[in-house]
Amino acid sequence: MAIGLEHYLVVGAVLFSLGALTVLTRRNAISVLMGVELILNSANINYVAFSHYTSASVDGQIYAIFVIMLAAAEAAVGLAIVLAIFRIFHTIDVEAAETLKE
Amino acid sequence: MDPGAIIFYAIAVVVIGSAAVVAFSRNIIYSAFSLLGTFAGVAGLYVLLGADFVAAVQVLIYVGGILIIILFAVMLTHRITDVEITNRAVGRGPAVVLTALLIVLLVQALRETSWIKAKETSYAPTTTTIGDMFLEHYLLPFELASLVLLVALIGAATISRKETKE
Repeated sequence: MAIGLEHYLVVGAVLFSLGALTVLTRRNAISVLMGVELILNSANINYVAFSHYTSASVDGQIYAIFVIMLAAAEAAVGLAIVLAIFRIFHTIDVEAAETLKE
Repeated sequence: MDPGAIIFYAIAVVVIGSAAVVAFSRNIIYSAFSLLGTFAGVAGLYVLLGADFVAAVQVLIYVGGILIIILFAVMLTHRITDVEITNRAVGRGPAVVLTALLIVLLVQALRETSWIKAKETSYAPTTTTIGDMFLEHYLLPFELASLVLLVALIGAATISRKETKE
């Protein structure tokens, strides 16, 4: 059986579900951010797979590049916030840090 | 079985296996390092899909940038000499059941849908086309993206700097 669109979509679906599982169960803020990165990667797989198999254009790839770029911005700001939370609460457990200030 | 299929399945196993380690590992260092397998494997999938430029961007930004930032954050927020680096997870049983149901639902849905297929798939270099489209069709989003990156840079620096009491 030749590799087709569905194979890539299945990989994307499984990757998305594992990312959602990470976000749901983890209580460490950095692990939650890792789950978000997994979800963004799965969305990108779908963009590029659809771009390759259902259209002759590179529009999907351009969206994937935009997503990667926003993921970089999200990681920088998110981890800066994590560091600020760690400095104030001395933990990055998301259940312990439930207020916006000390 | 043709070589392309073997390579695809090998990469898929690496991607999903690493993602499972991210989701289930008890040590956050292992989670952070196994993200490398996921990101590099996804870059391999892009190459198989004929998206050479996106694959290069993936390696440069995800593996070279985001992964390093995550590792920095892990090292800065844990006492690395501690034997037990916590990576607590709660409610794992119900979450695993829900996730399994989600996978079944998604796979079922995408198997039953009849997707519109292109007549032929091409493996031509894409960098020139992407560059042209960024400066023609997607010029406004491109410029907005640079603005977003600037704002994120300033914001991250402002949030993470030390407060100075005067």
